[in-house]
Amino acid sequence: MSILLDASTKVIVQGITGREGTFHAEQMQALGTKVVGGTSPGKGATTHLAVPVFNTVADAVKATGATASGIFVPPPFAADAIMEAAAAGITLIVCITEGIPIQDMIKVKDYLRGHPQARLIGPNCPGLITPGAAKIGIIPQSITRPGHVGLVSRSGTLTYEVATALSAAGLGQSTIVGIGGDPVLGLTFRDVVDLFEKDPATTHLVVIGEIGGSDEEHAAEVLARGTRLKTVAFISGRTAPEGKRMGHAGAIISGNRGTAKSKEEAFRKAGVAVAETTDQIVDLLK
Amino acid sequence: MKLLEYQAKEVLSSLGIAIPPGRVARTPEEAAGACAELGPVAVKAQVPVGGRGKAGGIKLARSPEEARAAAAQIIGMDIKGFKVPLVYCESALEIEREIYLGFTVDRDARANILMLSAKGGMEIEQVAEESPESIARLYPNPWRGPLDFELAQLVYDAELGELARPLTQLIKKLYRAIPDLDAVTAEINPLVVTKKGDVIAGDAKLEIDENAMWRHKDLDVKYGSVLEGDPYEVEAKKRGLTYVSLGGDIGIIGNGAGLCMGTLDLVQRAGGRPANFCDIGGGAKAEVVENALAVILMNPDVKGVVMNVFGGITRGDEVAKGLVAARNNLKMKVPLVVRLSGTRADEGREILKQNGIEPGVSAWEAAQKIVQLTSTAGRA
Repeated sequence: MSILLDASTKVIVQGITGREGTFHAEQMQALGTKVVGGTSPGKGATTHLAVPVFNTVADAVKATGATASGIFVPPPFAADAIMEAAAAGITLIVCITEGIPIQDMIKVKDYLRGHPQARLIGPNCPGLITPGAAKIGIIPQSITRPGHVGLVSRSGTLTYEVATALSAAGLGQSTIVGIGGDPVLGLTFRDVVDLFEKDPATTHLVVIGEIGGSDEEHAAEVLARGTRLKTVAFISGRTAPEGKRMGHAGAIISGNRGTAKSKEEAFRKAGVAVAETTDQIVDLLK
Repeated sequence: MKLLEYQAKEVLSSLGIAIPPGRVARTPEEAAGACAELGPVAVKAQVPVGGRGKAGGIKLARSPEEARAAAAQIIGMDIKGFKVPLVYCESALEIEREIYLGFTVDRDARANILMLSAKGGMEIEQVAEESPESIARLYPNPWRGPLDFELAQLVYDAELGELARPLTQLIKKLYRAIPDLDAVTAEINPLVVTKKGDVIAGDAKLEIDENAMWRHKDLDVKYGSVLEGDPYEVEAKKRGLTYVSLGGDIGIIGNGAGLCMGTLDLVQRAGGRPANFCDIGGGAKAEVVENALAVILMNPDVKGVVMNVFGGITRGDEVAKGLVAARNNLKMKVPLVVRLSGTRADEGREILKQNGIEPGVSAWEAAQKIVQLTSTAGRA
């Protein structure tokens, strides 16, 4: 069992003929992900990586019955790609693209309110992997192993770091979800924690947050209400200098939330163990 | 990109918002000239941070002589790490009342938020804490912007009904900064109502989304190079790197902001002082790695460099090739510890070994190793 994605999920890759799209679609196939096609405007009716290429997501969904999509298109086109997927009925949209303008994402979030079936992961994220079964995105399969730890993270590379340590210690993972580091994003910590809570195959949980925003605090509030998952949290950026502030608008709406201290305190208050280095995560989880 | 006050005011003016008369001065002589033309002025340091008044960066000048003296003091001054490149000389306003008006991105709501308060001025953050209800808020629809009745509600909620007409007009103009300029913060505090009843932007803060600069090359060309910031940060920006100077002596390179921050934490924990934060991002190629090392080695304080690269979209073999080439090209003399793993990391580690660079095992070990190597170098 797992959350969001398993070996039967039919996946398309938007931007499958590009350099990154090609490389990572191949990696996804190598793990056994059911990649049923891809899109690349103008290249419809061709074949790439032994799967059909379509001009649009709607065409791809109609022909293949895909329910999930991985997006590997450049920033100027990525917001439109997300909305296209939602409009075509895709239920799991994973956007890897880094550098999408914030205002584009704010419009996407508003658009998605009209498509409640669509769950968005990212953008600016490594995607998700259910070890041994399937992945959408760029998390290397080699550092994962199947098991019962749910891992959710805002950072891409820190996720790999922690997954490697867990795998080396024999702690396999049910699903690893990189939610992305952008201020305006799809699923949040709270959403993913809820999904893990409902997944019988997940018994442990690792939350990797970082400074800024208050998504970690919100996840801590959920965990404080009681959880069956043995949970460890880690916050990166404990020693990062405060950003050079400008204007008051940010402070008016966020107050004192957002610091590593505030996040760690929120987790401790919820009864969650807090690791001070990534190396401590494994010990605290055991 | 954070605009300076005079730049932000130029932009506001181009959107049709009234600003006080003002002149940019790069020399004391120009400041004297501005005062001769405008009469009494405030001579204001142009830096992209708050608190410049308290730092002595704003002085009143009643005569050209005073303006000259004030500018001579302020230009070149250091305010929170920024060397003041120029001053803005601006006519003083006859203030009747001060209002707060600001747009920003509310991360929790994943939306733009517009805030208006009758209690404008320096203490607005205190107001937010003590009487949050006195700040009226609106989340405009991002596709169509705020509607007239929504703005009317906002103005009445802020108990500024007597100014409903001029304020709604002004807010609509300021809102254009979002769709037209990709502003992520646009703030006017104070928004001044003069004794004559005019509504004028007393100060202005404007920040443009870095991710959207490709849509606003004109702004980058016009305003991007005015500020003399940290020389390494300037060089890094030219080379397209995410780099922040931190003042220590251990150079740090990581791919991904989280990993890079995590590496800072580990180096600090091991007793070292990071010289910088340098995120080479996903898809880091040989050229990017070399650029990162080149910028870090420009800093003579750097006694060693630790590099933490984990794969994913970044390929270990490309990183290793870049690293070897960079070390050779740059004739690097200080110790280098490299932690490399992930996609094609085995090939990457092999390349490093063949070229006499020993890769570190875990990030924590790499951090301890670089701290040890640099403190030994310090004693030698």
